[in-house]
Amino acid sequence: MIPLLLGITFISFVIMQLAPGDYLDQMRANPQVSPETVDRLQRAFGLDRPWYVQYGLWLRNAVMGDFGYSFTYKLPVFSLIGQFVVNTLILALTSLIVSWLIGLPLGIFAATHKNGTIDKLASLLAFTFISLPGFFMALLALLLAQRTGWFPVGGMQSPNHSELSAWGRTLDLAHHLVLPALVLGTRNVATIVRQMRGNLLDVLGENYILAARARGLPEGMVVLKHAVRNAINPLITILGYEIGGLLGGAALVEAVMAWPGLGFLLLDAVRSQDLYVAMGAFVMGGVMLMVGNLIADILLALTDPRIKYA
Amino acid sequence: MRSDPPQSPSAGQPPPADPSDALAGQVPDTPSGGRLAGPGRTPTPDTERAVDAAEHRSQGQLLTGRAARFAAAGPSLGPAALAWRRLKKNRLAVAGGWILVVLYTVALLAPFIAPYDYATQDPAASFRPPMRVHLRPWPTVYGVTHTYNEYREKIYVEDRSRPMPLRFFAQGPEYRLFWLIPTRVHLFGVEGKDRVYILGTDQFGRCYFSRLLYAAQISLSVGLIGIAITFTLGMLVGGVSGFYGGRVDNLTMRFCEIVMSVPQFYLLLALAATLPPTLPPALIYILIIAILSFVGWAGMARIIRGMVLSVREREYVEAARALGVSDGRIILRHILPSTFTFAIVAATLSIPGYILGEAGLSFLGLGIRDPMPSWGNMLSAALALNVLESKFWILTPGLMIFVTTLAFNFLGDGLRDAFDPKAQ
Repeated sequence: MIPLLLGITFISFVIMQLAPGDYLDQMRANPQVSPETVDRLQRAFGLDRPWYVQYGLWLRNAVMGDFGYSFTYKLPVFSLIGQFVVNTLILALTSLIVSWLIGLPLGIFAATHKNGTIDKLASLLAFTFISLPGFFMALLALLLAQRTGWFPVGGMQSPNHSELSAWGRTLDLAHHLVLPALVLGTRNVATIVRQMRGNLLDVLGENYILAARARGLPEGMVVLKHAVRNAINPLITILGYEIGGLLGGAALVEAVMAWPGLGFLLLDAVRSQDLYVAMGAFVMGGVMLMVGNLIADILLALTDPRIKYA
Repeated sequence: MRSDPPQSPSAGQPPPADPSDALAGQVPDTPSGGRLAGPGRTPTPDTERAVDAAEHRSQGQLLTGRAARFAAAGPSLGPAALAWRRLKKNRLAVAGGWILVVLYTVALLAPFIAPYDYATQDPAASFRPPMRVHLRPWPTVYGVTHTYNEYREKIYVEDRSRPMPLRFFAQGPEYRLFWLIPTRVHLFGVEGKDRVYILGTDQFGRCYFSRLLYAAQISLSVGLIGIAITFTLGMLVGGVSGFYGGRVDNLTMRFCEIVMSVPQFYLLLALAATLPPTLPPALIYILIIAILSFVGWAGMARIIRGMVLSVREREYVEAARALGVSDGRIILRHILPSTFTFAIVAATLSIPGYILGEAGLSFLGLGIRDPMPSWGNMLSAALALNVLESKFWILTPGLMIFVTTLAFNFLGDGLRDAFDPKAQ
């Protein structure tokens, strides 16, 4: 994992070096950044030295928790990025939970009632949602919010957020969360339904299912205890990739619906050439994906007794 | 029919790749690519058997075992023909295929079908709504006048006193058909200085219909060219890496892992942001494709490598090596063909990913840039809430992306089922 992390930081550094424009000049031209800050940064990050020295210095600082300074937000990157990561996690996890809660039962039902009306409808819907671009859906969701007034039009907090009680704030957040989470989740629902249906159909053809039925177990038990437990494993392996897709999809949804998450921050940073923020966001994205994969691996080991880690 | 040797799944199926490779088989952006390479679903390399049989036949009449029975069965359909037959039975896949044929034809003929150039502005006609075509007695649109509403926004109204009959094969701005033949003939147009906007206009008064068609050229070609590069790169890197193993393998696979361990769209964003805005549009177009392929090839290479690992141990590869065939030839002619069916399906299913990637980048202003139209950057006008709310025609590119993606998914799904050895 550590070499992977190093690789990610290196790639992000190379990409940022490729970007046109000089970070230092830009900072000097910015009247809101004091010359002392510029000097401090120049010394700390060796901005006038060759790129490999710069990379080494960035890495050393990063290990010690100093990810550099954002000149658009005028904050150290480390303290800036935390809130954005939390916001993205709120969005991604909610939509993940929603999509599993809808997708799994629907997939199981579709498989056990193969070629029935619900099955056909589910597969049609799955195709539709897989093919709808996320940002287009986000636009449609905004349109819905604007027309009906049922949901806030983008953003994460109401203007009067700070006056609300703790409970009121949670409700306010949930209200803002509904549309982005749905937009992000529907595509995922489609994937899960298709996967679950396919896996379950494969498993239901196995001999041990026949054996279970032959022993007279009730059908519900056969499906839920014997088939689903075996059919669910491939889904858990995909979980890791889903997280990557969710983060990427979240970037577009965040941009359209003004959800202040990591993707939103990254987009903002690459647009305004905020070098260290962009690198920080990029690396954090990689870290989140890696942690997601790790969790998926652990979950897999928990659900599948055949898998043992030495 | 022939239920026997050449097609029996046990005969030609490589052992499933080890679990870690199967895991790598989930192409992140393809909704169902994962199922293909999942445990126990390693696709049978049909072509490999064809090669197999052909080799047997070329060794004179010394046919034994499988090959003898194969020859005795008389002229029969090859695996490709069988797959084609299965594909034709799948109505959704056929529909998807036809939609794609229509879309690509329209894109090819875009300058002819579009009444105007994509960049010509009409300052008097900002955000003009689509004109209604009255079919009888002859297809006609009407001129437009405008009033103002209480917010001082222009409201366009049809002016029935100014009929503009549509002329087919009308003269319009000059263009080169198929980038070669200079001509002025367009599918339709109106007389004189009047203009017909059957899909309305954008904020600069550019014909939205024309832009939509020209954008199709960009958006549709990005997917095809992008996947062609990824496909070649993935096959070669995966093939070489799996064949030689050792240090080469180790190095390339670690690199693939790094590329894959960053959320794809983050990588796209960061890379696209490095393109200086001063570059000419044609170069940006090429670079965007390069970026999309760079982000996409790693997944492909990993899967191909996993398959090559299992194929390279098989007897016919050993035989080829014993005959003194060069490494390059073994990889290209004996090993890679067996991964081909999988790669074709994976490619079809990942084209939408490229189209969506380009659209997403252009939508955010980091991809194809104005005045060059792409479905993504046309949609970005809808980011302004007042436009989104009242100018519904601005959303049509989203519909086009949707239809294209749907068609590719239908076709890819059908292809997968058609090539699936279990389907017989």
